Amino acid sequence: MIRLENVNKVYKTLRGQHHVLRDINLSVEKGQKIGILGRNGAGKSTLIRIVGGVEQPTTGRLYRDMSISWPLAYSGAFQSSLTGFDNLRFICRIYDVDPYDKLDQVEDFAELGKYMFEPLGTYSAGMRARLGFAISLVVEFDCFLIDEVTGVGDDRFQQRCHDELFVKRADRAIFLVSHNAAFVRQICDKAAVLTRGVLSSFDDMDEAYNFYQEHAAE
Amino acid sequence: MAEGEKHPRTSFMRSLAIQKRVVGALMLREMLTRYGRHNIGFLWLFVEPMIFTVGVTLIWTAFKSVHGIDLPIAAFAVTGYSSVLVWRNIPGRAVGAIGPNLSLMYHRNVKTLDIFMSRIFLECIGVGASFFVLSILFWAIGWLDLPENPSLVVEGWLMLAWFGMGLGLFLGSFSMRSELIDKFWHPVTYLMFPFSGAAYLAEAAPPTVRPYLLYVPMIHGVEWVRDGYFGSHFTPMYSPFYLLSWNLALTFFGLVELRNARKYIVPQ
Repeated sequence: MIRLENVNKVYKTLRGQHHVLRDINLSVEKGQKIGILGRNGAGKSTLIRIVGGVEQPTTGRLYRDMSISWPLAYSGAFQSSLTGFDNLRFICRIYDVDPYDKLDQVEDFAELGKYMFEPLGTYSAGMRARLGFAISLVVEFDCFLIDEVTGVGDDRFQQRCHDELFVKRADRAIFLVSHNAAFVRQICDKAAVLTRGVLSSFDDMDEAYNFYQEHAAE
Repeated sequence: MAEGEKHPRTSFMRSLAIQKRVVGALMLREMLTRYGRHNIGFLWLFVEPMIFTVGVTLIWTAFKSVHGIDLPIAAFAVTGYSSVLVWRNIPGRAVGAIGPNLSLMYHRNVKTLDIFMSRIFLECIGVGASFFVLSILFWAIGWLDLPENPSLVVEGWLMLAWFGMGLGLFLGSFSMRSELIDKFWHPVTYLMFPFSGAAYLAEAAPPTVRPYLLYVPMIHGVEWVRDGYFGSHFTPMYSPFYLLSWNLALTFFGLVELRNARKYIVPQ
């Protein structure tokens, strides 16, 4: 599981300290799907970076005994001067997976054709997203991080993503941050709302939804 | 281990295997990114420093008469400039190495040390290969004789490379705390050049200045390498122990600073 205990994150700014996360307590069990709702600037991205291990909490602790993915379809770690295959190979090396075993799967999912062997710089946003998603599925994680699934790709692609993630990998945990309450409702079995760095957890999805609506202005 | 985080236990051997794999992957990625697949590709890794060294050798050879000392001038230039490249280029690659690679931190197997190690090793291989290739090349065209004592050259060079790696690790980690390092490192390398012993022998320095000059660690490495190369032509002055002490201290403080540095990671 993943457990955050009294996690605080404070950034230093020119005008003093900026308290982004305040005393966050949260746990994700194996197979559990948790959604964090929040407006822009509520601290969602900071939270996902802390869970993802990119940043350290200023105070508090993070326990984890599950393997956690990088944010799904995140292509920030890709090198745009390298080809799609080079990037796949790099990720595979890091996680000790044979890239040639996975090539068919990635090609089939990303549908890049010969562009698989062209530099990422020549890709459209959609192609990048498809490759990012395909590569995310190359490594089997216990928990997938998802940061704001926006409308990437057409309906068919969205459907395929859905099948891969929520049908074929239904046994995995999911940690999702989003401002889309309907999506969280559809996917998750537990929700929490982040408002100005304070996390309010709810066992009941409707309560979370109502709370989020009430605090929508914040 | 980073503060506030508990990892599942991983055995030392397994960690070592992961680290080897990750550093290797990072080196390949860096190589492809920096040099690409066009023209001579990754050969630029050592052709780049080689061009510098050849240029300097030619200039110094032209001024040979001015020197007026009985020295194998090509060997003098190659050893001198190759040494500068070691302590200048390696830290140069390490400073600010984390910033552009921050997104890699999402991959839990990748640690800041791995990023430093990949860049440092790669640069080390580059300058080492250029030194080696140039020695062979200049020997083949009769510009210099092969080293009198090759093992001494290797020892001296490795110690100097360790110095460069330690300095790189230290400055690289420190550059995460303060971006001033990035601003200051380049001017400092130029200022240090005259004190590094690359362009003269310690014995040629005025006796009153020499004791102070020998506080500069790099000079011990250059003298060491030259002792192995053409030691019978001059009186080498170096203390292996002094350079070793610097190397150990830099490596130690570099690792300490690296441990602190995690706090300073702030994504864009």
